[in-house]
Amino acid sequence: MKVLVPVKRVVDYNVKIRVKSDQSGVELANVKMSMNPFDEISVEEAVRLKEAGKATEIVVVSVGPQQAQETIRTALAMGADRGILIKTDDTVEPLGVAKLLKAVAEEEKPDLIIVGKQAIDDDCNQTGQMLSALLGWSQGTFASKIDIEGDKAAVTREIDGGLQTIKITMPAVVTSDLRLNEPRYASLPNIMKAKKKPIDTKEPGDYGVDITPRLEVQKVAEPPQREAGIKVETVGELVSKLKEAGVIG
Amino acid sequence: MAAQFDFDTTRLPSPFMNDSHHHWRAELRKFVEKEMMPYADEWDEAGGFPEELYKKASEFGLLRMGYPEQYGGISEGLDRFHGIVTSEELARLGAGGVTASLMVHGIGLPPIMAIGSDEMKERIAPPVLNGDKRISLAITEPGAGSDVANISTKAVRDGDHYIVNGSKMFITGGMRAHHFTTAVRTGGEGMRGISLLLIDADAPGVTRTPLKKMGWWASDTAAIYFDDVKVPASNLIGEENQGFIGIVNNFNGERLGMAAGAMGSARVCLEEAVNWAQERKTFGKRLGDHQVIRHKIAEMVRQINATQAYLEICAWRVQNGETPVADLAMLKVQATLTLEFCAREAMQILGGSGYMRGNRVERIYREVRVNAIGGGSEEIMRDLAARQLGI
Repeated sequence: MKVLVPVKRVVDYNVKIRVKSDQSGVELANVKMSMNPFDEISVEEAVRLKEAGKATEIVVVSVGPQQAQETIRTALAMGADRGILIKTDDTVEPLGVAKLLKAVAEEEKPDLIIVGKQAIDDDCNQTGQMLSALLGWSQGTFASKIDIEGDKAAVTREIDGGLQTIKITMPAVVTSDLRLNEPRYASLPNIMKAKKKPIDTKEPGDYGVDITPRLEVQKVAEPPQREAGIKVETVGELVSKLKEAGVIG
Repeated sequence: MAAQFDFDTTRLPSPFMNDSHHHWRAELRKFVEKEMMPYADEWDEAGGFPEELYKKASEFGLLRMGYPEQYGGISEGLDRFHGIVTSEELARLGAGGVTASLMVHGIGLPPIMAIGSDEMKERIAPPVLNGDKRISLAITEPGAGSDVANISTKAVRDGDHYIVNGSKMFITGGMRAHHFTTAVRTGGEGMRGISLLLIDADAPGVTRTPLKKMGWWASDTAAIYFDDVKVPASNLIGEENQGFIGIVNNFNGERLGMAAGAMGSARVCLEEAVNWAQERKTFGKRLGDHQVIRHKIAEMVRQINATQAYLEICAWRVQNGETPVADLAMLKVQATLTLEFCAREAMQILGGSGYMRGNRVERIYREVRVNAIGGGSEEIMRDLAARQLGI
């Protein structure tokens, strides 16, 4: 079984995001970047499938600037076999990414694509679903557990009411949720081995995909600052203040 | 200054570090955060850490880095700057005692790798690098520390053996070590009468007692006593009476690592101080808005930056095959003075809460002196540098 895992280079989850002074986006200059945490979970799941003898090859793919190669290297050090970098300095929206991934999937013919449920930069939560629709494959979203049996995958999904287990036929797209696993740290020998694993570099044009954005960002702003509250002495005062504020009738 | 201040915020971009170093830093940080950070305070208070950490650190590659592959090490593609990253990231723990004992083979093993026989390397290195065995360096004595040439532990040749008598002091990792790389007197007075001898901790006549310290509580520091200990002559490391040069060469690598560790600890102090200064309010404004506090912080950054620049140039020279003895000595002084300053100022900024046990600044504060004294005191380092400079 071949597993394809898309990985995205995003602002590190520890970094406090700052809006650019011209409100055109968030500050990326000199900001620490790393692999989207949900993608790390996807890579970990793929590596576990390989260790369990269920997967035979893991291919990671990233759409992004040259530096996204470091993100691919991180995945290779965790245990993926080879990488594909689709190099672009442009903004690529979820639909563009899904179209590129569809093209990669048609070329690579994986049995399973494990996609992070969302990237922590734009939190779109769209790429996996769009990809499955474009491919016409089954989807299992928000997975907290994946069991592979033959050409079937039992996917336990985190939904509002609790857990739901669905059985889907592969090839399929699964999106990983936070509790699917706890990603490993790559050991030094594996970091060194990863340097020798192959990474193919492509461009969106190689796949004949138009990634021109459909959306235009007009303005990015900080959430409004919370104003300081006041202390009230009595219940009566509280009620009158709430009435004043128009919160109660 | 970034909105959020962390360990990396003020690190100068390095012309010597590439993706390989950055990747190692990222993974090592995950290892430290997962396997060590949650327990740092507990281990320090308990005066030790579980032995399984050696095994985990070996599997991860930490113990094996920089040693030849044939003995189970990992050396291909690694350079001095990977070592600097290692020292700095381990310092983030803010529990130097853990690092000192975990990485103690870093001073005990190199003399064997440098001048030991192939048979000895094959026997000793693999079990140490895979985390099963530990090796400590035993040089200092009650009557001789930096003054290595005056050690008095005696090894007298008796057929195929040496008979060893004497004692060693302040030996890091000494309580749990399986072997000691020991400086002994086999010849006359002075540096030309010193040999290095590998002594097994379980040999009859070897006894040890734990020593309580100001800091580094998690480290098992010991006094070692040798009473008519019979050591096979084949345990001689290198040639008889040629031990001094092996000891001195070992110091140079140790000083580079200690300087990087001290710089890392200084960065922890800076990180904790700035975060506190941005949060804590006094007299109606943030601590960080008081000029007296801001200047403390700028001064910490200035000293750390100077240390980083000096450190990286020294490492680059070592990488290129030089042994800049005077600079390595002065670098260590630079790094430990920076640490001393940053620990002091961070504690002043943190105030009462910093003085409470269980935080990194408090532990590091207790570790300032062992850094400024161990591996060559600041006074000895300056004098060594002056002599090297022909003054």
